[in-house]
Amino acid sequence: MSAPVAEISPTKTPAPPSRERAGVAFAPPGKWGDRLFLGVTFSFSAGIILLAAGIGFSLWSNSALARKAFGFRFLIDQVWDPVAGNFGALTFLFGTLLTSFLALLIAVPLGVGAALFLSELAPRRISDLLAFLTELLAAVPSVIYGLLGIFVLVPLVRRFLEPVLGKTLGFLPFFRGPQYGIGFLAAGLVLSIMVIPFIISVSREILLSVPPLLREAALALGATRWEVATTVALPYARSGIMGAIFLALARALGETMAVTMVIGNTPILTASLFSPGYTMASVLANEFSEASGDLYLHALVEIALVLFAVTLIINAGAQLLVWGVQRKKR
Amino acid sequence: MKHIRKFLSVLAALGIAVAPLTAGDTITLNGAGATFPYPIYSKWFDLYHEKHADVEINYQSIGSGGGIKQITAKTVDFGATDGPMTNAEIFAVDGKILHIPTVLGAVVVGYNLPTLSGKLNISGTVLANIFLGKVKSWSDASLKALNPDVNLPELPIVVVHRSDGSGTTYCFSDYLSAVSGEWKSKVGTGKSLNWPVGLGGKGNEGVAGTLKQTAGGIGYVELAYAEQNKIPYMSIRNKAGKFIVPTLEGVSAAAASVNMPADFRVSIVNADGDASYPISTFTWLLVYEKTGGKRGEILHDFLLWMLDEGQKAAPVLGYAPLPASVAAKVRETAEKVR
Amino acid sequence: MSPRHIPIDLGNYHRRKTWNRVAFFLTAVCATLVLSSLFFILGYLWVNGISSVNWNFFTKLPKPVGEAGGGMANALVGSAELLALAAVFGLPVGVLAGVYLSEFGRNRFGDLVRYMTDILNGVPSIVIGIFAYALFVLPMKRFSALSGGAALGIMMIPITVRTTEEFLKLVPDSVREASYALGVPRWKTVLFIILPTAQRGILTGILLAFARVAGETAPLLFTAFGNRYWGRSLLAPVSSLPVMIYTYAVSPYEDWHRQAWAAGLVLLTWVFLLGLLARTVLRKPASA
Repeated sequence: MSAPVAEISPTKTPAPPSRERAGVAFAPPGKWGDRLFLGVTFSFSAGIILLAAGIGFSLWSNSALARKAFGFRFLIDQVWDPVAGNFGALTFLFGTLLTSFLALLIAVPLGVGAALFLSELAPRRISDLLAFLTELLAAVPSVIYGLLGIFVLVPLVRRFLEPVLGKTLGFLPFFRGPQYGIGFLAAGLVLSIMVIPFIISVSREILLSVPPLLREAALALGATRWEVATTVALPYARSGIMGAIFLALARALGETMAVTMVIGNTPILTASLFSPGYTMASVLANEFSEASGDLYLHALVEIALVLFAVTLIINAGAQLLVWGVQRKKR
Repeated sequence: MKHIRKFLSVLAALGIAVAPLTAGDTITLNGAGATFPYPIYSKWFDLYHEKHADVEINYQSIGSGGGIKQITAKTVDFGATDGPMTNAEIFAVDGKILHIPTVLGAVVVGYNLPTLSGKLNISGTVLANIFLGKVKSWSDASLKALNPDVNLPELPIVVVHRSDGSGTTYCFSDYLSAVSGEWKSKVGTGKSLNWPVGLGGKGNEGVAGTLKQTAGGIGYVELAYAEQNKIPYMSIRNKAGKFIVPTLEGVSAAAASVNMPADFRVSIVNADGDASYPISTFTWLLVYEKTGGKRGEILHDFLLWMLDEGQKAAPVLGYAPLPASVAAKVRETAEKVR
Repeated sequence: MSPRHIPIDLGNYHRRKTWNRVAFFLTAVCATLVLSSLFFILGYLWVNGISSVNWNFFTKLPKPVGEAGGGMANALVGSAELLALAAVFGLPVGVLAGVYLSEFGRNRFGDLVRYMTDILNGVPSIVIGIFAYALFVLPMKRFSALSGGAALGIMMIPITVRTTEEFLKLVPDSVREASYALGVPRWKTVLFIILPTAQRGILTGILLAFARVAGETAPLLFTAFGNRYWGRSLLAPVSSLPVMIYTYAVSPYEDWHRQAWAAGLVLLTWVFLLGLLARTVLRKPASA
């Protein structure tokens, strides 16, 4: 806590020069103006900390009843029974994790593949253009993915994808059961399209930042371009790409509208990807504005708290990876 | 700073463009709740706005549970529900809340069997078994027994239900509890349930939408939604043993067969009488007896208009108007609303 | 003199060459798949939406449920109102905190702020909606444009902070030193020299933040709510384009589906324009 205090009165106790802007020691005194300016910007920065803490606190305090009533059981109980007032989050946690995992399963190979194409093969100008287009893809609002999901993807999944998967891979428990179209599979597909742009653009940036010297050395040894990509570029970029995947995961976990529109909104624990399901974000979208009864409401807020905690952990993981990359570069 | 200034001026222009709309003496009342009567309510509020240009009544159909929650939290001026509030819910309210019956409706059991023509019959027990997940196929023997003349396909049954807190669910589960002991003990009656099987759709709109997209689907929606969306629905065997096609007359007959309590909280499912349609219900507006101010006066005026003029619009949209005896009683209560 | 062959395993060489081609062909397929989904989205929205993007759409209010016709004028204005409010809530915090991080934030407190900004960036939008409901809607006892704007404003903060910081840092220290040498105090230097120099970058960040929240639906469900009429006051519920798309899309009415496509097309166009604008702003060579 000493750091901010030192910053508020920089004239008295200047911060160590290495962490300070160049030449600040020579800044002419504008005492009151400087203090006011620092005070204002400082308080807005503190506002961000308050905001993030406030979100955590409000979720914590507004879920007190449910935490007290169910304790840790909340996370491993699969009953969601508003009539009897029994609440467990397991089915929602399961749905969120399953759909996000499915999304990554599709998005990671596709995304990294596309990034390799953009960084290793495509000429720079084309690569830049295509990268811009993928950024546009990232900007498509979630509700529009949901719209296309309902009217285009779900019928396709029901009519073609699920029958084919059921016929060819039906011996696996994942591809059994009635084929609704709506369900985990559709939600995973929609999510994968939504997170691919993140994976592509971050991976491409990192692959492009691989020092040319390394590539040239490998080429000089007679490696093909693909061998350069897999033996030099990818290992160099590995932790950065992992960071990108974590960010994509965080986005998939919290995604609400598109998933709500195609997942079928039914809390089920099942191995079948054809089955309808429910996620934490979509149960909030569906039930939050109408949960009557304090316990019900607190149970929903506790789901929000769990969701918040999960994304927090994933983000922290991504942070660690990104920091690792930066440190390596220095 | 040129760009920033330009940008700020664009923002300011946006603000100015929006500003005139905030002026004027128009009063907006906000309401939220049941999706079941949404078509008739939005028609009423539109008609009322035509008569009173300075009053706008904004109704959002977020489900009956939402209506009760939001009126209790006082975030809206009135709520709406198709399942009466429980004693505990009323107890939690700060102030005196009134149930004002507005119209009657029927919950129908719709289905999506593309190959089928002709009407399907069903009994309460079989319906409960389908929603319990015990009857899984359209070619099940119990369904065949009820429909000897119909060629039922070998298709799995896909149950579609509401994902939100819903008065339609309340009415439907109230009926299933009345006819099936197993349903009553395993699932029960409520606005949100722990469903044994099925897909969830948000709102009557969501269930109707999902039903239309899903071959082999069976779901419960309000009669008006089924009519508007051309969803075929079943005839249901009532308490007297007759198969009844859901009609407004069947609903009115059910309403006529029960005694109205003073607070209007009454269930009319599985009613006596040869002509009674068994999954019928009143739908209620929830208002505070004392809203106060201009809003209270508007509510008062609207309720009286609704009991008079408004009732005439009901049959067109697939709702049964209140029986005259009930309407007179409701008027006495509505007079008190301020 | 017959040439002496160096023993190269040509078979292996060819295999590697072929694999090189096949593998890169596969990556090209990946890229094509991803990009074609973009064009598919654009094309599909265009085909289904364009015929309904007409005068009525922009000028009329919605009709009662189930009746054909009407438009989304109130939702368009509502969305604009919400974005303006979001700017009022989010931009000052974002830009000023960004200034702090760049100019004073090379310390532990700065690192903490950066970390919290990243956390805020990762909070699911639906959770922000719940937060805004607890913070504004419940105490004020009303759904309102204000609470919706606040929720979106919170979501704008992280992007604005980080881009502002990045672009301020790009301003060379020599500019600052030159200013100090002329006797300009630090606050004046930052406000009148550094910020204007970096304004293009900051504006880009702001536009990107707008693009991010313009299509947000989840945080508005419990805050701005919805309104069949104009939102006449900042304290009244207000309709917005994304929420309209959601409610219309899950409804069973053909006519509402038609309008949902139109609204989707308009929303997407708007978001893409913001993105393109952000890019051109950044690209233009500095003239000032």
